[in-house]
Amino acid sequence: MNTPLLAIIFGAIFVNNIVLMRFLGLCPFFGVSTRLSTAIGMSSAVLFVMTFATWITWGVYHLVLVPGSVILGGILPQGLVFLRTVSFILVIASLVQLVEMFLKKFVPVLYSALGIYLPLITTNCAILGVAFLVIDNKFGFLQGTIFAIGTALGFGLVMVLFAAIRERLELAPISKSFRGYPIAFIAAALVSIAFFGFVNMFGISP
Amino acid sequence: MTPDSENLDLTQKEIKEPLLSPKPKGESNWQIFSKGIILENPVLILMLGLCPVLATSTTARDAAGMSAAVLFVLLMSNIVVSALRKIIPSQVRIPVFIVIISTFVTIADYVMQAYQPDLYKVLGIFVPLIVVNCIILGRAEGFAYHNGVGRSILDGLGKAIGFALAIILMGSIREIIGKGTWFGMSVSPSWFRSNAVLFFGLPPGAFLVIGLLKACINKIFKREG
Repeated sequence: MNTPLLAIIFGAIFVNNIVLMRFLGLCPFFGVSTRLSTAIGMSSAVLFVMTFATWITWGVYHLVLVPGSVILGGILPQGLVFLRTVSFILVIASLVQLVEMFLKKFVPVLYSALGIYLPLITTNCAILGVAFLVIDNKFGFLQGTIFAIGTALGFGLVMVLFAAIRERLELAPISKSFRGYPIAFIAAALVSIAFFGFVNMFGISP
Repeated sequence: MTPDSENLDLTQKEIKEPLLSPKPKGESNWQIFSKGIILENPVLILMLGLCPVLATSTTARDAAGMSAAVLFVLLMSNIVVSALRKIIPSQVRIPVFIVIISTFVTIADYVMQAYQPDLYKVLGIFVPLIVVNCIILGRAEGFAYHNGVGRSILDGLGKAIGFALAIILMGSIREIIGKGTWFGMSVSPSWFRSNAVLFFGLPPGAFLVIGLLKACINKIFKREG
């Protein structure tokens, strides 16, 4: 597939927004978006891990798992594509651990900013979802990287937008049964309607 | 792990300690089974595993397909985890659970791809993504690792039926209002079907329906949040 890079990045941020259109990463979206500072921290951690995870899983898939691959092609010509799910989740889980240890040792400033969000990210379906989408869309390495960065930026954008709304909602007089999750869902519905305005922009449909 | 991450520093502790009711020894089999359906419904009460609930509830049929996949994976992973619970060392239990779960997810993925290709196309990446569904890992960690096979089967069945109930309810509401049909059968007059509220089939409709459902549940159970 030869989608232009600009279309990939705009499509990932606005048209096919990961949270509002694809419904991935809803747990951090509703869990961490209560304050602006935590929303920004979480989004930066996602940007970091999503890009790394896409590189590694792309490499694992195209160099090890596909039939006739560089590393295993000689021994197993039929490939190991059926191990995609299990290998991706294990690779991502170990990657997050590794990033955490690396940051703790060498970049303590970044660790103190992102550290608490990293364990949450392992079970974040957005990371694994993007890894699968890159494979399913048959993206090359560069396209995959751009797609991952765009997706993470789209995640950050709605997290920050939504954190601002949530901060206002805390002060609003809301009837008892709507407090907390229900009103957050309804606010998300409204933001999602706004994002529908981007459909077909840049010639991209969802 | 949990959507309620107000206290982020608690996450580490939660991973070590089971999510809910660790060792419900004093419970009858019926209680274990029925708890997941209403009182501890994983979706509508505990708000776990929301991504597939919103994404695959466009029609009742998609929702039923998703629940079947979740039922299979949850039941099998609960059986295997509880059968191997004495062998799995507790330090590496989470990776072991993930490998067990992803094995069954891969089976479900390939079976659905072979026998239900249309459904598979609609559900897309949400079938392989069952592997990161918090409900399944939560039950392996919180129940199956501490209980026998029989009780784990009952627990898995109860939670899976609770999940299915929630997602099929969502799918039914969205399909009836959004298309005027239910499981593909026409349930409304033709003037409604030609003017159906398309909004409910789109992503914003999913957020709206679950928000209103959760508000109704809060009202009925006199809960907040």
